[in-house]
Amino acid sequence: MTHSPRVALIDGSRLIIEALVQSGADTFIGYPITPSNLLFQYASERFPRMLGAPDEITTLQWMSGAAATGLLTVTATSFPGFALMVESINMAFMMELPMVIILAQRLGPATGTATTGAQGDLALVRGMISGGFPVPTLCISSLPDCWDLSHEALRVAVSLRTPVILLTSKEMIMTMQDFDLATLKPLSPIKIPLYKGEGPYLPYAPDERGVPPFLPLGNPHHQVRMTASTHDATGLIQAGTPEALGNSTRLHRKIVRNLPDYTWLELDEQPDARRLVVAYDVTAGAAREAVRRLREQGHRVSLLVVKTLFPTPPQIFEVIDRYERVVFPEENLTGQFVEHLFGQRIPSRIRSVHSFGAMIPPAAIMQEVIA
Amino acid sequence: MSTPDTVVQAPPASDTAPAFLRTDHLPFCKGCGHNIVAINTEKALHKVAGLSPLDVVVVSDIGCIGIIDQQYASHTIHGLHGRSTALGVGVSLGVHPPGKKILVYIGDGGATIGLPHILEAADRNVDMTVLVHNNMLYGMTGGQPSGLTPVGFKTASTPDGKITPGFDLCRLAHVAGAIRVQRLIGIGDFSDDLAEAFRTPGFSLVEIIEICPSYGVKYNPGRKPADIARENGFEPVVLTNPPRPIHSRPARLDRPSLLNDDLVVPHRDVSNLPRKYSIILAGSAGEGVQAAGELLAEAGIACGLSVTKKGSYPVTVGVGFSLIEVNLKNRPINYTGIETPDAIVITSLDGLRKVESQIRTMQSGVLLIDASLPKPASPGVVVISADLRTPMGTRNVSLYSLGLLLAKTSLLPLSAYLDAIRHRFGDKVDLARLQALLTT
Repeated sequence: MTHSPRVALIDGSRLIIEALVQSGADTFIGYPITPSNLLFQYASERFPRMLGAPDEITTLQWMSGAAATGLLTVTATSFPGFALMVESINMAFMMELPMVIILAQRLGPATGTATTGAQGDLALVRGMISGGFPVPTLCISSLPDCWDLSHEALRVAVSLRTPVILLTSKEMIMTMQDFDLATLKPLSPIKIPLYKGEGPYLPYAPDERGVPPFLPLGNPHHQVRMTASTHDATGLIQAGTPEALGNSTRLHRKIVRNLPDYTWLELDEQPDARRLVVAYDVTAGAAREAVRRLREQGHRVSLLVVKTLFPTPPQIFEVIDRYERVVFPEENLTGQFVEHLFGQRIPSRIRSVHSFGAMIPPAAIMQEVIA
Repeated sequence: MSTPDTVVQAPPASDTAPAFLRTDHLPFCKGCGHNIVAINTEKALHKVAGLSPLDVVVVSDIGCIGIIDQQYASHTIHGLHGRSTALGVGVSLGVHPPGKKILVYIGDGGATIGLPHILEAADRNVDMTVLVHNNMLYGMTGGQPSGLTPVGFKTASTPDGKITPGFDLCRLAHVAGAIRVQRLIGIGDFSDDLAEAFRTPGFSLVEIIEICPSYGVKYNPGRKPADIARENGFEPVVLTNPPRPIHSRPARLDRPSLLNDDLVVPHRDVSNLPRKYSIILAGSAGEGVQAAGELLAEAGIACGLSVTKKGSYPVTVGVGFSLIEVNLKNRPINYTGIETPDAIVITSLDGLRKVESQIRTMQSGVLLIDASLPKPASPGVVVISADLRTPMGTRNVSLYSLGLLLAKTSLLPLSAYLDAIRHRFGDKVDLARLQALLTT
C-alpha cells in the first residue's frame, strides 16, 4: 500500500511513549535519569496519569500497588535507578504484576558516564531475579522497533502477568533521525482480561498457559490476596510446601513455555553465506551498515538482529550453527551476550567485537567478518 | 502482662456484620501487642459506617506484623520490608470508587526503613491509615534497635541500652502534613481511636506502643511500655492538620498525540549530496547549538535526505560546551555515529577543546572556526577563519555558523535551511538579515 510520506525529525523516546499510550498503558511513574530523560518528559505530556516519584524504589512500589489494582504502568530508568528497583521487580515478578520497565543503558560501572551509551546491563538483567528466573526482555534496534516492541512489551506483560524489560540505550532513544510517520501501523489498546468466575477466587490458580486470571485489589466481587513471599494458589505464605514451591517454579515455566509467542528475530540471510553478524540494540545499526557495505564489496554475509534477548530463543543457536564464523559486536567490555550464549569457553568461530565507552563503527565489524 | 482476650473482645461476626479479620487464632506470640491491635482493628472497622470487608485493602510489611494478612477477609497485599506505605500509595491510585479503605500494617523497623515513604504519603495526603506497631525493636530478626527505639532500651545487639534517642515518628508525620496522627499505648480498648483514624479523609497514622514479649521483655524485665515511652518523651498524643485535597490522579484521556503534524517536514527542495556527509558544530551553552543542529537536519529532510542529529553537553546544561553531530545521506542511515567528520564548525573555545581529537582525524573536508580562536594545523583540510560571533549576535551564533557552512559548501540549498528556521522561529529571527549576510 502506498502512502503520502509524513517525514519528521524525531527521537525514539517519542515513539516509545506514544506507542505505549496508544497500546493502553495508562500510568507512568518514574524518576528521570539520563539517558531516559526524554521518556520522562514525553510521558509528562502524554500519559493519562503521570507521577514523578522521589526515587526508584518508590517508583517500583507505586507501580506495583497501581498494577495490583489493574492499572497498566510504565517506568524508564538507567542502571543506577534500575539497581534500586531490582528487589521490587522481584516482588512484582512474584506477585505476577504486569508492567513495563524501560532500561536505557549508559556507561558504568556505578554512575559511570551518564551521557555515554553502552550495552553493559545484559548480565544484570538476565540475573536479576533471585533463583535465575528470566524476565521477558525485548530489545530495541531501530526506530520502527520503538513503536512495535513497545506495544509488544505491554502485550507480553499483560498476557503473562509479568514485568517486562524493554531494553535500549542512549543512542537508540536520544539521537534524532528522519522517520516517516505514515509507516506506523495503528495500535489497538491492550486490556487486562478479568476473572469472571464464581468465588472463591484463587489469585494464583493458573490457566492452561500457566498464567493466573487477574482480578484487581479492591474489586467488589472476590477477595484478592497477593504476596511477594513463597505462596500457594490462595496467595498466602507457605514455606516449602510442594504446592507453594510448584507455584514458584510455574513462574519460570510460564515465561519460558510461552516464549514462541514473543520471539522476535530479524534474520537477513544471504544464500551461500558462511559468515554471520549477530547484533542487538545500538550495534544493530552498525551491523546493518557493515553487512550492506560487505555485500557491496562482493562478500557474502548474513545478519541476525536479536530483539527477544531473554529468555533466549533457541532459534538463535539454529541460525548460528549454520555459519562458519559468527561476529557479535557489543558495546561492552567482555561481550556479555556471547558470554550468555557460550559461557566462559567460547568457540573459536565466535568472534566478539568489543568497545567500552565508544560506539562500534561499521569498519570494525567488517574487519572481523572478513578476517 | 495482659493477654488479648482479657483486654477487649472482638464483636462476633454475623450476617449483617461480616468479620473483616478473624481474631480467634491470631498468629502472634502470647502477650504480643499485635494481638491487641488486631482485635481493636476488627472492632474499629465495624464502627466505620458503610464499610464491608471488600472495601478494605490491607497492605502489610515484613516482620511479625506482616503475617496479619492471613486473618483478613479483605483484600491483602504483602510486600517488602519497609515499603508497604509506598505500595499502599500505588494501590490508592487505582482503588475505586473513593471511600475504600487502605490500611498499612508496619512495624517500627519497617517504618525506619521506609520513613521517606511515610513522609511522602503524608505530604501528598494519600487516603490511607498507617498503623505503626512500635514494639521498639526489629522482632523477627532477633531484636535489634530501630529508629524508633528510645534511648536506654536494651536489645540483643545493644545489651547496654541504645545510645541515641530515637525519633518521634508522630511529629515527623505531622510536620509532613498528615491530617491525623496519634500515638497511643497498645493496651485495652482503643477501637474508637482507630475508627477515628479510619474515618479521617486523607492520610492518618497511628503509632501503637507495644513491647515485644520475646525480645523486649527479655532484655528489659519489669519495664512497662507506657513508662518507657513517657520517660523518653514519646507520650500519647493526637496531632491534626486542617483538611486538604486528597491525593488522586484521575486519568486524562484527552491528551494530544506526540506525533502531530507540526513535526512533519515537507519535502520542498532537492540535494545532490552524493554520499554520507558528517558535520560537527562545537560551541557553548546558550548559543542555540542544539536547535541549529535540528534545523540543519530538518533542512536535510526537506531535501529528501536521511538525517541524524545528536547532541552532547555537560550535566550543567547552562554552561560549558555544547556540541551536535549531524549526518546527511542520500540513502537510509544505518549507523548513526560519525566515522570521520566532513565538516567541523567551531564557535567558541569550549567547543574547540571538545573537538580537538576529531580535528586530528580529518584528512579532508572543511573546518570553519571563529576568528578569535587559534587556527588548527590540519593538512588537507580547508580551514576557514571567520567572525562567527558578531554578525547575528551571541544567541544566534550557531544559526549563523551553520548557514555560513552551507553558503561556503553548497551542501544543501540555503533556502531549505532558511525555511526550517522560519518554520521553527517565525519572526523571532531576522531572516532577511541572516539571508543577506549569508548571500553576500
